[in-house]
Amino acid sequence: MNERSNKTSISKMIESKSSQQGMKKAAEGLMPKFFLICAVISILTTVGIVLTLIFETFSFLEVVGISEFLLSTEWYPLHGDPSYGVWPLIMGTLMIAVIAMIIAIPIGLACAIFLSEYASDKTRRTIKPVLEVLAGIPTIVYGFFALTFVTPLLQNIIPDLSIYNALSPGIVVGVMIIPMVASLSEDAMSAVPQSMREGAFALGSTRFEVAMKVVLPAALSGIIASFVLAVSRAIGETMIVTVAGGANPTMDFDVTSAVQTMTAYIVQVSLGDAGYGTTEYYSIYAVGMTLFVFTLLMNILAQFISKRFREAY
Amino acid sequence: MKVVGDTTTNVQTNKKTANISGRQLKNKLFKGLFVAATGLSLLVLIVLLVRIFTQGIGHLSWDYLTSFPSRRPEDAGIYSAFIGTIWMMAVTAPVAFVLGVGTAIYLEEYAPKNKFTDLIQMNISNLAGVPSVVFGLLGLTIFVRELSLGRSVLAGGLTMALLILPIIVVASQEAIRSVPAELKEASFAMGATKWQTTYRIVLPAAIPGILTGNILALSRAIGETAPLIMIGALTYVAFLPENIMSQFTVMPIQIFNWTSRPQTEFHDVAAAGIIILLVMLLVMNSIAVWIRNKFQKQL
Repeated sequence: MNERSNKTSISKMIESKSSQQGMKKAAEGLMPKFFLICAVISILTTVGIVLTLIFETFSFLEVVGISEFLLSTEWYPLHGDPSYGVWPLIMGTLMIAVIAMIIAIPIGLACAIFLSEYASDKTRRTIKPVLEVLAGIPTIVYGFFALTFVTPLLQNIIPDLSIYNALSPGIVVGVMIIPMVASLSEDAMSAVPQSMREGAFALGSTRFEVAMKVVLPAALSGIIASFVLAVSRAIGETMIVTVAGGANPTMDFDVTSAVQTMTAYIVQVSLGDAGYGTTEYYSIYAVGMTLFVFTLLMNILAQFISKRFREAY
Repeated sequence: MKVVGDTTTNVQTNKKTANISGRQLKNKLFKGLFVAATGLSLLVLIVLLVRIFTQGIGHLSWDYLTSFPSRRPEDAGIYSAFIGTIWMMAVTAPVAFVLGVGTAIYLEEYAPKNKFTDLIQMNISNLAGVPSVVFGLLGLTIFVRELSLGRSVLAGGLTMALLILPIIVVASQEAIRSVPAELKEASFAMGATKWQTTYRIVLPAAIPGILTGNILALSRAIGETAPLIMIGALTYVAFLPENIMSQFTVMPIQIFNWTSRPQTEFHDVAAAGIIILLVMLLVMNSIAVWIRNKFQKQL
């Protein structure tokens, strides 16, 4: 009796189960395809970026010519007889990047050494999130800060500093990437095994000697990679240099006068009313292409350094 | 020979020992330097926040929140930009969530170990390093021109979704990877299929991490300016978007507009806008941290 009712209920269960089976099978087959499509979209994004840049850059080069773009050292697209030599924009960009790195490398690395080698666990857990706040502030806020606070402050020290200059946005870009250098370098230093530090301590080293002679060399590949990534970030930074750097593409390497970076030029044209199809419109793609190539090379270099020169323990 | 060698070592040791106080002094000096550097970066943060707060607080009022931008600084408000930001987020958040989490599930649960999977993974980490202004060029060409979406909320939202996609994928992958293998194995042992396991076991366990990553990515999107300038989000908007095809502006662009005006009164208006923007980011980040802390212990 009991056995029998059990059997019927089981067969009922099996029946109801198999009626759901169709739905389930469909989901089982469809979901992986859906997820694959999602993953492919990320590839399509890259393909889209590359194709967009290549096609529109070609439209630009048909008019301007690659020799003028790469060899001329004058950039005045709005002139009656325009000249499109990209070097002033590249130099402006590199100038900002160099100033930023002069600020970010020593301070960021010092933060990393402090957090990884000196700070107690509790201090580290308090300071790291605060540094992350610094990294999470929108760049337009930094731009505002550079223009309305840092530039007037610097004008007190350097009286002939113009309102738009390379120095102030360079410093502020540096401040913006301190957390990046600090956090990535700290990760690299924390990955150095404790036993190596203890060995050095046992030989009578001070903390500073352990940091400099044991941890730093062991973590060097990760630290250098963090510098390269930071440079890439500084090159691609847009709003700070647009707001505080000015719009003056020159090659004179004067940090107290206005400059223009590649990113700032792209924004300047977008804000103006350059019509679709004009040479000026296409020029932002050529500049964007140059920018993309620069940052891509930097990112690949960083990956190469951290893989190739990693010390494995 | 051996004796001579030993003596040199002895002399060296003596020298080192004699210098121990010097070495310790050096250690202390550099420790001070490292602390100072860390303190300096925290100080910059404080100066930045205090400066913006004192500059903008005077302009902050209910009127400021509910007024359209104006030519006169005392009348200018952030209403249209605030609503524009919310409209854009309404497009960006779902698109980026589905695409990002879908990609992460594919990579962690379904992807075979082959060259194609490596390509996707490498591609995502490279996309994360592409400057945001280049994403703007992509959005301008593909969404605004090729797909004829115009300078609409939809075009801006989709561009932003692609921009934050890598952040969401990486965060979601980490969350999914941290689900213990025993949970999945137990589910398979009970006869559950792959999708059932993913849907009922993996995703519920990973959802706090996924949400945290998504909120942090969205807070990045809220603060982005350059890509939206590229796709032509307007800098002066005295109306609200009516649907996703409407023209719009967002808070960072409005702040940029006020910052680049020559009249310094507008700088105070910009500072007030920055306070609102930072408060929004603070709220979002707090929610993210709260979710992380609340659910972290359960696994």
